[in-house]
Amino acid sequence: MDLARYFFYYLIFPGFLFTAVVGLLTTWVDRKVTARVHWRVGPPWYQPFADTVKLLGKEIIVPAQAQKTGFLLMPVIGLAAATLASTILWVVNLAPESSFIGDSIVVLYILTIPAVSMIIGASASGNPLGILGSSREMKLLFAYELPLVICLLTTIYKAGSFSFQRILELQQAGGVMLGSFSGVIAFIVTIMCIQAKLTFIPFDIPEAETELAGGTHLEYSGAALAVVRLNMAIMFFVLPIFLITMFWGGISFVGWRILTSILKYVAIVVIIVLIKNTNPRVRIDQAVRFFWGPMLILSIIAMILAVLGY
Amino acid sequence: MSLALKALKKSPWVFHVNTGACNNCDIEILDALTPRFDVERFGIVLVGSIRHADVLLISGPVTRNVLPRLKRLYEQAPKPIKVIVVGACGCRCGIFRDGYNIIGPVDKYIPVDAYVPGCPPKPETIIAGVVKVLGTL
Repeated sequence: MDLARYFFYYLIFPGFLFTAVVGLLTTWVDRKVTARVHWRVGPPWYQPFADTVKLLGKEIIVPAQAQKTGFLLMPVIGLAAATLASTILWVVNLAPESSFIGDSIVVLYILTIPAVSMIIGASASGNPLGILGSSREMKLLFAYELPLVICLLTTIYKAGSFSFQRILELQQAGGVMLGSFSGVIAFIVTIMCIQAKLTFIPFDIPEAETELAGGTHLEYSGAALAVVRLNMAIMFFVLPIFLITMFWGGISFVGWRILTSILKYVAIVVIIVLIKNTNPRVRIDQAVRFFWGPMLILSIIAMILAVLGY
Repeated sequence: MSLALKALKKSPWVFHVNTGACNNCDIEILDALTPRFDVERFGIVLVGSIRHADVLLISGPVTRNVLPRLKRLYEQAPKPIKVIVVGACGCRCGIFRDGYNIIGPVDKYIPVDAYVPGCPPKPETIIAGVVKVLGTL
């Protein structure tokens, strides 16, 4: 019986089906806001769904030099990991008592798997530009993980526990993490890290459409490309939820909190999209210097403030 | 009509190839993709890689150097793919007809689904050509 329930959680709600639909809608919000910034009308709401269905119906090409298994398997592993992270986050948000010790660490760990799977998949593609993209993705991963982990540690230090339940309880009782100085600094740094995790401009260095012609997902076509794009859409959905859970009191479906939950989510998505639309792409060395310099110093300041009680 | 074809009509992704044009048609193609015409309303997006493409937008007559690349691009594209030739040169070699390095129009080497004549065609004409190709699906 438990097994059936877990399968339902993972595959239907709040797992794969729900996450994929809302994730694709989020990419539509991204494209629509981008269009409004450009003073255009933008695509209709069903555009991401049409793209996905179309890609599923197209031919999958495996390049002659590609290592077939790794090339085709890796996007699926990334998708499974992103879905699992989303499932854990939602189950914990809707029913905090189902939290387990150290689940915030588990989610943080699972959220790096999509990036790692893209690195391996692009290396297996046998395309020089794809391999260049995967090497850049690897450097970017090393760059942003350090400040990201320190920022999340500020919240974990204040809650005194690694479990989401304790973190959510503390925020419901004693005000959200964003209400303190250390929380605000950590929140800003985490948004920057999320920008890099999603490989959005200014940190879209691994993809770089105009330079690497798509980089890490250059060689994917047809259904494989659909899985890669779905993977990115789900990450775009999961990361703001993770941010809200850690810093902004979590998501709730009880009474009026439905509305505030959705508003919080959309606000973070729009902030990310606006950063994406108002910045140029940086070089990889600039990105690494940015994360290991100013962002690391800010996150350490946040940590010190949290220890001092601010 | 199958669901995949219906979806293809709603999101044709375009890959742009220059096979030896004078760049005038390329400028008009870029014009057609600007916010003024906003083709993303219909799901038309310019993609960077041939593996993602649904429509091959070709401008210019085929030169001797570019022919092997053109054939390889067509083979690398995931099927079904539609080919649109933009500009008088791509359709019938235009003013470059007697050039020493021109070896013929595009449809001599790969199957073409639509011709958009003009020197260069207006962005409206290019969009009309894409619409006509989608109508044949």
